[in-house]
Amino acid sequence: MNLVLFRQARLLDPQSGRDAVGDLLVEGERIAAVGGDLFTIAREAEIVSAEGLCLTPGLVDMRVQLREPGAEHMESIETVGQAAAAGGVTTMVALPNTDPPVDDVSVVEFLARRAREVKLAKVHTYAAATKGLLGRDLTEMGLLAANGALGFTDGVQAVSDALVMRRVLAYARTFDLLVIQHPEEQSLAGAGEVSEGETATRLGLPGITPAAEVIMIERDLRLVEITGARYHVAHVSTAAGIEAIRRAKAQGLPVTCDTAPPYFALNETAIGDYRTFTKLSPPLRSESDRRAVVEGLRDGTIDVIASDHAPWGQDSKRLPFSSAAYGIVGVETLLPLSFELYHNGHLSLLELIQRLTWNPARILGLPVGRLAPGAPADLLLFDPDVSWRISTDDFRSKSKNAPFDGRPVQGRVRRSIVDGRTIFQSEG
Amino acid sequence: MQEVARNRPFPHRHLLGIEGLSPEDINHVLDLADGYVELNRQAEKKRSLLRGRTIINCFFENSTRTRTSFEVAGKRLGGDVINMSVAASSMHKGETLIDTAMTLNAMHPDVLIVRHPESGAVQLLSEKLDCAVINAGDGSHEHPTQALLDALTIRRRKGRLGGLTVAICGDVLHSRVARSNIALLNTMGARVRVVAPLTLLPAEIERLGVEVFHDMAAGLADVDIVMMLRLQSERMHGAFIPSTREYFHFFGLDYDKLRVAKPDALIMHPGPMNRGVEIGSEVADDIDRSLIRQQVEMGVAVRMACLEILTRDLGNGPPFP
Repeated sequence: MNLVLFRQARLLDPQSGRDAVGDLLVEGERIAAVGGDLFTIAREAEIVSAEGLCLTPGLVDMRVQLREPGAEHMESIETVGQAAAAGGVTTMVALPNTDPPVDDVSVVEFLARRAREVKLAKVHTYAAATKGLLGRDLTEMGLLAANGALGFTDGVQAVSDALVMRRVLAYARTFDLLVIQHPEEQSLAGAGEVSEGETATRLGLPGITPAAEVIMIERDLRLVEITGARYHVAHVSTAAGIEAIRRAKAQGLPVTCDTAPPYFALNETAIGDYRTFTKLSPPLRSESDRRAVVEGLRDGTIDVIASDHAPWGQDSKRLPFSSAAYGIVGVETLLPLSFELYHNGHLSLLELIQRLTWNPARILGLPVGRLAPGAPADLLLFDPDVSWRISTDDFRSKSKNAPFDGRPVQGRVRRSIVDGRTIFQSEG
Repeated sequence: MQEVARNRPFPHRHLLGIEGLSPEDINHVLDLADGYVELNRQAEKKRSLLRGRTIINCFFENSTRTRTSFEVAGKRLGGDVINMSVAASSMHKGETLIDTAMTLNAMHPDVLIVRHPESGAVQLLSEKLDCAVINAGDGSHEHPTQALLDALTIRRRKGRLGGLTVAICGDVLHSRVARSNIALLNTMGARVRVVAPLTLLPAEIERLGVEVFHDMAAGLADVDIVMMLRLQSERMHGAFIPSTREYFHFFGLDYDKLRVAKPDALIMHPGPMNRGVEIGSEVADDIDRSLIRQQVEMGVAVRMACLEILTRDLGNGPPFP
């Protein structure tokens, strides 16, 4: 069996809390041993000197839009796989909003087969909570889960009908499945495009009140109380929404949530003169909401940072603001933007890595996200301090829609490893 | 006075909005426009300032008044004015917008006048074009020539803008006229109020430097100017008011509500009016107090001034090399 020994890296394992310099031995596809000095037990191993670098589990990105099947001109499993590899992401979970949507076992199987062929980052998928993502009839949740679907969601839109959502949650609880909600009360958000307030008013763009988020979360929490289902709120972005989740957790409800880098790295002023690369759903919020997201990440109310990767071609973004598509690409910038939380002193490196690896793995029930003997050798080697500038031209993703071009960041991926296989490597 | 004004530089390539203009910029336009008011009242109205220049009126949204006003302004200055109406249904695909820009650009216009139903769309177009662009209204964002013509109308009657109290009443939420007027009047030192039910006010409107009222009696007290806005039913997705009858009862302008304003308070409306909805006919047609027809007259003069300013430094070479 092929042995690789990573020597003298700073080992960060969020599962055990280990944060110390040491060695890690990979045997084939799995982690064989983790310890201070393993050279004596692994003399025949290939040595990777990792002095000055951090070795952590590979990132688990629980919110990625693949665009395959159906919109391969914007992104494919191959291109997003390369982007993920360069971004240190070793596991991605896809949203079901493809064409056709992931509401049938055949699509789950198609994605699994494509991921095996491409063989880059691991690809899992959620399935639609309702057939055709139409918010009415339940999908075959039991069968879909048995075939690999990790959770159920209508993707970029909420399950808005309360009775349907109650049934989704109750049926999910029957099989102990995870339900993920896009937190926006659509009937209140209406035709809004940006967060309500001075920016929207100045630009003459229709606003969405931040209350649309907490109203949906509060409604769902009542339904979670009734059903007991495991409920995960995607991309929380408002102080009120985060506070509602904080209270629910204190109450002991089975609730988790994630956010995405734009919600702690930007606020609504980034919209500037109608920059469509800042058009997101949920929209960029006020500075006080942004700070609440940072605080939620710090105190652990927000469990996970996910990229919310949403590739769009130029034709979908070089438009008047109202006509432009929602969302930005993110798998390649997930790590460097998240490092800002560490460099700005909000999170320790171990806490940050936990929100990018072990927490999502635990919520999703995946055996990854940890440096433990026997665990899959999905690893990430990075330099936490090196300075560089994000350049969207260099993205491996087929789409380049991101508002972070030219942003100076600190911390960079050196190597990404999936099941012991190096899928990305960079020296400088 | 005008010869002096003509030498003043206008440090903007386009006229996309009032925001960003200085008091000097605004006065400069108004001073020039004053001269054009006199010209337009003569039998011989034609000038040759824009001879050889091509002006394209590109309207992605239906308009008769504004388009005609720009057309008259361009022709009086001797320019060649072409009207392009792009049907509202065919423009919702934005790729068409950039393609339209490239197509128009290839025809080498000197000025493009654009109206578009989406906020920010005119700016997006201007980034793709080599010629000067005038925003003739974009979504709920700005309509700068309307604010300038309103300012000219007020200045000619009151002699000044600074120190006046102006109440802007009605559908502020959907109104680009309101946003441009708020910016202009604040820049010129007037005090601005908005009066509307809360369903027709955008969030944090007070951050734009206005006092907010929900009651006409309080909002119109001691004002110098009452600007009524058109109730824009075409931009209303859903019910913002229960009925036009109720709206007129509480927010429509009539002599009764006007009583609390200054005795010499003047009435304005950007048109087209919904009589009996936001404004009563007796008030609208009051030749002593209503400036509505003057506004239309000033519109041509202001647009002539804008066309002059934006084409003045072009010379005969390619525009903006």
